Amino acid sequence: MAKQVSRRRFLTDMARTACGVSLFALGLGLYARRGHALPAEYIRPPGALDEDSFLAACTRCGICVRDCPYGILKLAELGGDNPATGTPYFVARTGPCEMCEDIPCIPNCPTGALDHALTDIEKARMGLAVLIDQEACIAFQGLRCEVCFNVCPVRGKAITLEYQPNKRSGRHAMFIPVVHSEYCTGCGLCEKACILEREAIKVLPIRLAKGELGHHYRLGWKEKAKRGGSLVTPDREHKFNLPEGVEYDYSTGRIYMKKDGGKSGSADDPAKPKGGAASILNRGIQEAK
Amino acid sequence: MATPIEELGHDALAKKGWFGAYRWLILRRITQVAILGLFLLGPVAGVWILKGNLSSSLLLDTVPMVEPIVFLQMLAAGAVGITTTTVVGFLIVTVFYALVGGRAYCAWVCPVNIVTDTAHWLRRKLGIRSSAKISGQARWWMLGFVLLVAAATGSLAWELVNPVSLTHRGIIFGMGAGWAVILGIFAYDLLIARHGWCGHLCPMGALYSAIGSLSPVRMRSDNREACDDCMECFEVCPEPRILPPALKQGMKQGLPPAVLSSLCTNCGRCADICAKDVFAFGLVLPRERMAGPSREGAAKAVDEGTIKQAP
Repeated sequence: MAKQVSRRRFLTDMARTACGVSLFALGLGLYARRGHALPAEYIRPPGALDEDSFLAACTRCGICVRDCPYGILKLAELGGDNPATGTPYFVARTGPCEMCEDIPCIPNCPTGALDHALTDIEKARMGLAVLIDQEACIAFQGLRCEVCFNVCPVRGKAITLEYQPNKRSGRHAMFIPVVHSEYCTGCGLCEKACILEREAIKVLPIRLAKGELGHHYRLGWKEKAKRGGSLVTPDREHKFNLPEGVEYDYSTGRIYMKKDGGKSGSADDPAKPKGGAASILNRGIQEAK
Repeated sequence: MATPIEELGHDALAKKGWFGAYRWLILRRITQVAILGLFLLGPVAGVWILKGNLSSSLLLDTVPMVEPIVFLQMLAAGAVGITTTTVVGFLIVTVFYALVGGRAYCAWVCPVNIVTDTAHWLRRKLGIRSSAKISGQARWWMLGFVLLVAAATGSLAWELVNPVSLTHRGIIFGMGAGWAVILGIFAYDLLIARHGWCGHLCPMGALYSAIGSLSPVRMRSDNREACDDCMECFEVCPEPRILPPALKQGMKQGLPPAVLSSLCTNCGRCADICAKDVFAFGLVLPRERMAGPSREGAAKAVDEGTIKQAP
């Protein structure tokens, strides 16, 4: 009898402990899942694995924080919208990565959370700068700024200036900064340097910054370049449905007036009919009506 | 004759003097604070002896150390990013505590120990005797679930809330809302359960208990015949149920004169508080450990009423 009671009690105790601890584990699991997406304003150090792998590999020791000579890295504190507790991050607007050539934050990482294979800082992809507000960026007002272009450490490659006509003044150029994902490391120096009250250029996680072309797309001109020539046999006999007096030139890919055609055209020069080529093209349309 | 709680430690103080009665406690506090200090020396004074925190660190920029529970979580989460350094760091820590263990980490290194010891001290001062009953197995369940959650989420989930790393990292790198967790542990140990966190729930304590279960450095009780049943060691011991086999009860069963339970934190409070000098640190080699009593002998002793079964 006494033995039975104690067994029942043993099982009850066991069940109670198991329930209590599983509830705790469930809560912890849900909290951990919530922490799997890094908020966009926080950036991992160079060489960091993708976020899911990073959270399995980072021991939260802070050695990278200590080894950063500019002191920009921090370990996330518990609470709020912070990254996963104890993991390292930086905020570009307040303290961007200075892109040290020897990447001192990586070698002492006790795990592979920061990829030791990364030895060229220009290969780092911490994020991607995006000129996100073209309404506020003063370059789009036709004003000279180019600060982001000038501070960019991958000079002339990650950010280039493209000239566009200034339609407002009608006679000036606008110097538009354009980011190239092929070269941008996501260091955030441009975001820090942006002269606006709130920055118009921001480093975003690549998952937010980049689109992705459908994998089934084949761009004809690229395929052609890869093959070294046209992919289909040129069809010299192809009959373009062109208006009378007009011909297609295969070598240039353009439409020209027939030298000998255009009986209805001007007698002076059949190649330059009255009203120009457009009037001949439009004639077909008008006749159809 | 058990000493009344108000007179706890008076005998030891009278006989051994202040330092004698608090020797191991003082040494432990110095160690705990010194380890924190070594981690802080770098960022504060630019002297880099220890870099990182308890989760993993670098001694003199060369020797790696990795917390075993972090390493096990990495394994459970899919072993992403485990390098030679990680394994070496894990082995260094594990071998060290396998030798000096028991749960020496808990008593000599862990910063939460100061919090829960304070709660326990205050509990005694305020005369709070009630305590929730928590299964002695709970910490093992916790350890199991910590690894399970790591496997299920593919991340070091426990490190999001682990009070030990939160406290230590918080002091060195910035606390944030970590204070709430520390305060919670303190209140829980003070008001809800006696030795509630360290003595029942902490999965790191469970892991260190397993690691140090055969360690030779033990609290020996060679002088146990001098024990006068004052029960003061039971009052200060963080794991009181491990003491009887080392004292008179164990003597009658023919058990070796030492605290052999892997739950012992090697804190030395029993040695401090004992006016009869029953306890002293010493070595227990495997041969002595194996020389336990026969089952028959123990059962006979219980039958004859020469010893009582542990409550």
